[in-house]
Order: sequence, then C-alpha cells, then structure tokens
Amino acid sequence: MNIVVCVKQVPDTWSEKKLDASDSTLDRAATDPVMNEMDEYAVEEALKLQEANGGEVTILCMGPDAATETVRKALSMGADKAIHVVDDALHGSDAVATSLALAKAISKAQEAGPVDLVLLGSESSDARMSVVPAMLAERLGLPQLTFAKEVTVDGSTVSIKRLTDDGYQVVTASTPAVVSVVEKINEPRYPSFKGIMAAKKKPVETYGLTDLGVDAGEVGLGGAWSHVASFESAPPRQAGTVVKDENGDGADKLVEFLASKKFV
Amino acid sequence: MAEVLVLVEHTDGEVKKVTGELLTLAARLGEPSAVFIGSGFDAAKEALAAHGAAKVYVVEDTEVSSYLVAPSAEVLAKLVADSAPAAVLLASTAEGKEIAARLAVKTGSGVITDATDLTADDGVTAEQQVFGGSTIVRSRVTIGTPIVTVRPNSVAAQRSGAAAERIDVAVELSAAAKGARITDRVVEEKGERPELTEAAIVVSGGRGVGSADNFSVIEALADALGAAVGASRAVTDAGWYPHQHQVGQTGKTVSPQLYVAAGISGAIQHRAGMQTSKTIVAINKDPEAPIFELVDYGVIGDLHVVVPALTDKVRARKG
Repeated sequence: MNIVVCVKQVPDTWSEKKLDASDSTLDRAATDPVMNEMDEYAVEEALKLQEANGGEVTILCMGPDAATETVRKALSMGADKAIHVVDDALHGSDAVATSLALAKAISKAQEAGPVDLVLLGSESSDARMSVVPAMLAERLGLPQLTFAKEVTVDGSTVSIKRLTDDGYQVVTASTPAVVSVVEKINEPRYPSFKGIMAAKKKPVETYGLTDLGVDAGEVGLGGAWSHVASFESAPPRQAGTVVKDENGDGADKLVEFLASKKFV
Repeated sequence: MAEVLVLVEHTDGEVKKVTGELLTLAARLGEPSAVFIGSGFDAAKEALAAHGAAKVYVVEDTEVSSYLVAPSAEVLAKLVADSAPAAVLLASTAEGKEIAARLAVKTGSGVITDATDLTADDGVTAEQQVFGGSTIVRSRVTIGTPIVTVRPNSVAAQRSGAAAERIDVAVELSAAAKGARITDRVVEEKGERPELTEAAIVVSGGRGVGSADNFSVIEALADALGAAVGASRAVTDAGWYPHQHQVGQTGKTVSPQLYVAAGISGAIQHRAGMQTSKTIVAINKDPEAPIFELVDYGVIGDLHVVVPALTDKVRARKG
C-alpha cells in the first residue's frame, strides 16, 4: 500500500498570529514554524498502515524553503521519501490554488507508481478552513473519506469512522482514496535519534510550478479566487469584573450577574 | 433581483436554526432560495417560508444522502449553472465547508469559510474573525459565484413571510459522486441538550473538573441553563468527555450568547474556539488564569463549590 501524506508547515499554535500589512497574508516570520499538528496524526496513521500492509510512505509538502524542516521531521518519524513543492509564485495561494498544486504533485507521483491512499490532517491550525482534503478529492476524482477517527484497510477497501456532532458515520470506498484524519486517531511517535540520522539520507525531490505544469497565474496572491479587502485588530474586550468567592458568595454574585443579563 | 442559494441544514425536515440565519443574510444579497436535500420537505416548508425563502429547490433522491459530501456539491453545481445565483450560502459545519470546497472547484469559484457577517458591498463582502477572534478580516470572492459558509449564531434570524414554492429537481449523480458510501450512522449520545455550535449558551469544563465523574457537575449547570456542554482539550485528551465536545483549536468554534468556562485556564488554543462569544463567564481557582482577561464576569474560587451552588440558584430562579 503506497501512501502520500500531505503535510503543512504552520506557525506554532502557542504563538500569537498576525497578518502582514503589506499583502494581507499570514506573517510567517513573526512566529516559530512547526508541522501542522493534525498532519502529524496523518503521518503516524500512514506509518501504521505501512507496518500492517507494506508499501511506501511519501511525504508531500508545499511551502517555502524553510518548510524543509517539516519535511525532515516527517521523514525522521519514518516516512521513506518526500516531495517538496516550492516556488516563489506560490506565496499567498488560497485553498483552491493549494489544492491545485497538491493535486498536480500527486498526479506526478502516480506516474512514478500507484498511490493507494492520500492522507492528510483534517485542518491546518493557521487557516482552519478544512477544505483542502475535499478539494483534493474533487480534483483527483477520488473518493473522499474525511474527518476520520479510525481508518481500516481491507485489501482494496478502505473504511473510516467519520467524526460527527453526535457520534460517527461509517464511510467506505475503494482505493485509491483521499483520507483526512482528526486528532486522537493515534498517538504520533517522536522521531528517534536513529530516525533523525536516517532522515538526512532520505530522498527529497523538489518540484517547482513548471515541473507540475501549473501556470504561475493560477496560484499565489494574483491567482487567488478570493481577496482580502481589509483587516484590522478586533477591539479589545472590555475589562470585566472578577470577584473572589468568599464564604460561598461566589455563586450568589454570579447568578445576580446572569440575571442582570437576562440569562436566568 | 438575483437569487441567493441557501443549503438547508435539517434532520428529516426539522430545520436547524442556522438555516434561518443564512436565509436572513441571503435577503441582504438578493432573493433567498432554499435548497432542500433529503426527505421531510413538508415538515420544513413552514420554517423556510417564515424566514423568507421564496423558492425551495427540493431533491428527495435518497441516493444523494447515501454518499458523503460529493452528491450535495453536484446538486448545487447544477443549480448554480441553471439559476446563476448571486451567491451560495452554507452553514460553517464540517460538512457545509466540504460541500462548499467541492462546489468551488466544480464551478471555478472562490470560497470563503467561517464568515460571521455578510454585506452587499461590491458584490458580496464577508467578514471573518480569525486567529481566535483577534483579527477581523473582510474578504470578497473575485472569481465565479461567491460561495460562503457562515458560522452558526452570527446573526439573529429574522422572520419575513415568503411562499417557499416547491420546485422539484431531478439529479443524475455521476459515478465520481458515489465513491464514498455511508454504510452506517452511529449516535453515541442523544440527549435533550442543544448542539454545541448552535447553542445560545455553552457551559464548558476544563482540567479543573478533575475527573470524568466530576463532569456531571458541568452537565447539571448546563441543563439548568438549557445549555450545550463543551470541554477543553485537556479534558478530551484525558478521556473525561467525548472528543466532539472539544472547544478550541482542533475542536469546535462556538460563538454563543453566553459562554461559561469552569476550571479552564484559557490557553490560546482554547480561546481560539470561544473568544467571539458575546458574554463570557469563568470560574477558576487560579487568579492568574488567562481566562480572566476575557471575562465579563469571573469568580476566583473552587468550581466544585461554586458551580453546584450556581446550579441550585439558577434552578430556583427559573422555578
């Protein structure tokens, strides 16, 4: 079973994120970069499926040169090789353009050999749109198995438990398919020292837009199908009242407050 | 006036609150038309008419709901081609966003998710509150038909009578749309509590709750207030409460009228999911907890004392 795992480098979720005033894109220089957490679960799931079914795990990352760190981390966890899509023209790409570049890169990987599963996190912690997996499935014409909290492979059939508001749905498809995972599907492994050393020798292919047959006008800020008209910092919340619970009067004060706002 | 399509969220014809909100927003942009997929239109008709749906495109085909996401996107793509709407609005739920995603690729249109407001300036301008509510962004779709998903509770649904005239739509699903079949739907919990993202009041518990058993304290307050139950990541990681109740980064984003945080310190990952709540109340032992920076009213105290006492007082006031 050959698996391509898409990973994204994002700002650390512990840091405050800001937009760059010059072009309304995320100010990535202002924050520490890390691998998108949900994608770590996808890498782990791919490695587990590989352990059970054999095959190869390929990491696919679109991002600037600095995203090499995220690629290396995924390789040090145990993936076999990687494709890094890097091109200055990609800066500012929206989800639609991102899915185009990723889909082209996956198609290129398919030329080299069959791809049975495309795995990725169900959302990135920076944009939080949760749309790229569905867009990839649409572009590749593959079944979409998204928001998986469990993945089961049986021959050429893949089933997931899709997390819903009140439980889950069982969704089944034939491979190849696009699968997105939620956190808690597994416990991502930490790279071992051996893994980190081995990752340095693993092959990383770098593709630019020309390699993928994507026109620069289709991606980046200029090719985005939606545009930021303006942005501003939200007005700070007005400082509230904080009281200490003394001799059990906290609940009295709180219920008075709720009553004053007509919640009770 | 151009139509604005609104995909109806419903369970067997019981229309979700967010659909009324979407129809209200649609009326600002053009003439609201609802798109109803599945069974139970007769039950839904009144609610759709009351919120201003002039027309309702009805797709009763059971095949559409047997497969995940793709068929709904095909239905909408057909309606976009036929009626050239000014915009398509969907609820910002996991499924709503995925349908919007596929529709955007199918129709060559830009998509904006998680809008909190819409205006008819220069076409359609969507407002979003990003980075945990710290930044307000106004965006426009520049290519194709604007496809926008809107967060529940963003606006108050308004009543305005309309005909909700039924127009049946026949669809022939492509093979590609039938790739992912839903073979089972499992409800793990079904209570009387409102749904987390739609609820007007949310009561959430954090690490301070201490154990799975103690979560009954949070549930009791939620029930007294008629609220949904939320949980911080620490809680769902520890397995004290189910994952689908997680509020924050990698969990749900909620924007209720009232958010009550008990035993939640208010790390940035949690704030990302609740910071846009209209009124915020917190109970925490630690006076230094960052959650107190956000609150309208905070109580420094032991939640195991304050919350049960509050529950009793709320019950008493409500009689």
